[in-house]
Amino acid sequence: MQQTEQAKKQYQKMVERASPGSRTFANSLKAFVVGGLICDVGQLIRNLLLKGGVSEDHTAIYTAVILVFLGVLLTGLGVYDKIGKFAGAGSVVPITGFANSVAAPAIEYKKEGYVLGVGAKMFLVAGPVIVYGTLAATVVGLIYYLVK
Amino acid sequence: MYKNAGKQTLIFGNDGDPASAPRITACASIVGPKEGEGPLGRDFDVVSQDIMFGKDTWEKAESEVARQAVEMAANKAGLRLEDIRFVLAGDLLNQCIGSSFGMRAVGRPFFGLFGACSTFGEALVLGAALVDGGWADHVISSASSHFCSAEKTFRFPLELGTQRTPTASWTVTGDGAAVVSAFGDGPRITAATAGKIVDMGIKDVSNMGAAMAPAVADTLTRHFADMNAGPDHYDVIATGDLGRIGKELLIELMFKEGYDLTKNFTDCGVEIYGPEQDAHAGGSGCACAAVTFSGHFYKKLTSGKIGKMLLVPTGALMNQTTAMQGESIPSIAHAVRIEGMQITDNR
Repeated sequence: MQQTEQAKKQYQKMVERASPGSRTFANSLKAFVVGGLICDVGQLIRNLLLKGGVSEDHTAIYTAVILVFLGVLLTGLGVYDKIGKFAGAGSVVPITGFANSVAAPAIEYKKEGYVLGVGAKMFLVAGPVIVYGTLAATVVGLIYYLVK
Repeated sequence: MYKNAGKQTLIFGNDGDPASAPRITACASIVGPKEGEGPLGRDFDVVSQDIMFGKDTWEKAESEVARQAVEMAANKAGLRLEDIRFVLAGDLLNQCIGSSFGMRAVGRPFFGLFGACSTFGEALVLGAALVDGGWADHVISSASSHFCSAEKTFRFPLELGTQRTPTASWTVTGDGAAVVSAFGDGPRITAATAGKIVDMGIKDVSNMGAAMAPAVADTLTRHFADMNAGPDHYDVIATGDLGRIGKELLIELMFKEGYDLTKNFTDCGVEIYGPEQDAHAGGSGCACAAVTFSGHFYKKLTSGKIGKMLLVPTGALMNQTTAMQGESIPSIAHAVRIEGMQITDNR
């Protein structure tokens, strides 16, 4: 038994050696550029809204809504997965990525019906983000409340 | 009767006479657009430009391609479906629905198989055994997979913007079907080595080649020992879907066992897509070995370009639940010895 465990460890080392890793630097650079561009688009929308006379409070919400809409639209058009393939985290982290993570399963599971398909599977990917996002927000909120 | 060799090998033919062994009288291969654009594109019988195969869900598309390939194989062998005694088929979808829904319209006795991507090997071995045992004149061994239905079953929704790791593979869309017959012309299935489940502790589902390579090494070592013949005995040894990384690992593993695989060894997953096709480590899925054999190697065997080959379809036997529970990936490989037309039929 000990011998097989050792053989397994040896083999795992062999696999690590043979398996090419992801190109971290190139991928990070792409993520930085594309993520930055998405933020630029957000800033542009914000500036236009402010220029159009929308109040400071409302622009934040409108900007988020418009970016989510764009994310969903590009997902529906089959473009966002291509951006994601190139940009990685650069297009996953912004709110457009969140929109993509909700829209993609919604499209995928439409054939299983609107209740058990779209309804149940829509948050397949985004679910953990919502769960732990809410949890983190609560913890931070509590700390803020106590420290203040 | 001489039907066994060593510990895990089946010998076909009357008293081990290869001339009377079950033969593959026809093969059909149907693939999707990406496979058609690959280096083997011209070898396949049908390259569908429609990845939906005229259906409205991916699951139906896979069943459709499975049905078409089985019917085409019978047709190419000059047989009616009624002449086919059994159909042995399998796929990757839950409860094997790709095959069973496809075979619903075929109306022949059906065995649904699951060996993950090794299914085509399993189907050939069992089909040859049924024919060699005298229970059937003709059977069809078939295996299918579909990129989209596999992604949906095992990974993420297609439109999700994610990156694949360099070790990930690309599920082949299509179906390869072989008619295994007791008589007629065609390369013989003269022996087969059934594989054991081997698990060397690899947990990365994006590196299935690494998980499967030790299973292939185990089966090959067993096969060479059972048959008392090394890799040199074959013109080609082709594994199913180890991909580029698994292929290198297998060469290294076999070298440690004292066998040199550098001369005549290839992998269907490496052959099916070109480097520019963005398939990362290579092709995978039940159809990978099935269509590459049915489209590519079968033609080489019948035209005499290959004399003897060892086809070794490989399977990673995890599912999404076991992967999420952090289990390692048990793997399997079955070796099928197929010999070309140089054997004269003296039956």
